[in-house]
Amino acid sequence: MLSLYVYFTLATLLIGFGAYGVWRGPELLRRILALNIMGAGIFLLMVTLAYRPVLQGEPADSVLHALVLTGLVVAVSATAFALALLGRILQKGKA
Amino acid sequence: MGLLLFDLVLATVVLLLAGTAIFSRNLTHAVMLFMAFGVMMALAWARLAAPDLALAEAAIGAGLTGALCFTALVRQPAALDSKVATSLLPICFVALITAALLFSVWQIPVSPNPALSHEVSVALPQSGVAHPVTAVLLNFRSWDTLLELLVLLLALLGAQQAQSSLTLYAGWSLSLSWSRLLSPLIILLTGYLLWRGAAAPGGAFQAGALLASGLVVLRLNQQLTWLSWQNPWVRLAALSGLLVFVLTGLFSLLWSSSRLWLEWPTAYAGAVILGIESFATLAIAVTLTLLVVGEPTEERADA
Repeated sequence: MLSLYVYFTLATLLIGFGAYGVWRGPELLRRILALNIMGAGIFLLMVTLAYRPVLQGEPADSVLHALVLTGLVVAVSATAFALALLGRILQKGKA
Repeated sequence: MGLLLFDLVLATVVLLLAGTAIFSRNLTHAVMLFMAFGVMMALAWARLAAPDLALAEAAIGAGLTGALCFTALVRQPAALDSKVATSLLPICFVALITAALLFSVWQIPVSPNPALSHEVSVALPQSGVAHPVTAVLLNFRSWDTLLELLVLLLALLGAQQAQSSLTLYAGWSLSLSWSRLLSPLIILLTGYLLWRGAAAPGGAFQAGALLASGLVVLRLNQQLTWLSWQNPWVRLAALSGLLVFVLTGLFSLLWSSSRLWLEWPTAYAGAVILGIESFATLAIAVTLTLLVVGEPTEERADA
């Protein structure tokens, strides 16, 4: 019961930290990292919501788990694309 | 009580890692702390009764994202120590938003509305698999999975357009022999995860991510030189997941009695899902590997 609020708080704080990191930078790579931290906070919020039935002795919500699993793979592909763009920007800056 | 203590410690560690990754002055430290953050998140998923996510996060968050970020780090200019003047305005703004979010999140009722998960458990016997997450991913909400494979492919195409050259150095002999020793084990584990996905945590994403991490390690050690976008078979493998998925959907549209797009007949559902998952695993593994490694220029001189 209390654990639920611990994870709710953790998820919210991760979203807040990530948002501040995206704002602050200063390097582009760090902004991408911060965006990932923000995403982890959102996933954590969804998984904590899916955990609520477990407290009442039922299995966790599988629909939310499936959504977050899809989200993890989409997040890593978006990160890879962002990093490819970043590499291109840095290469152009050098040339 | 013990579990609450664990939760508090885990939350503190995760927050510390996230905070130091954002505020650390050295970018290399930030990337390493971010990788540790991924491992701790995997632990949090395992704690919150989401073993599927824990498996995927351990392979993706800790393995592949780390490799990606290190590749990006190599390209960064040398001056890495950065000083930022902290201004009050963004801190106040973000703190305000976070407080409002915290307030609203705490209003969420602790007892959930069980309607949706109840429907999943009712329909589970008709889905062809026994594990609810796999059933949701590949039967009830297969549109999501189909579009996800499309997103992966689009990311790969985009990254190919923005390609910048990366030099691969000849592997250190110890890492080379270790990666060769590990590769049969990784293939075995991939097959196990794929097969187990029908009845227990596991499935195409976890298996694909694991296979991709094995392929990346081998590729970084200058093995598997055929694995590049130039090779038409590799392109076919990267496409295969989407292709098989769409073809199966068309078959179901034309030949099944219900005439519904992406609706598997109950008698064959298990086999259809396993077939799609096998090709999806291959496609995810190849796509993620190409995303991480790209098209490196090889260099034999370094030892």
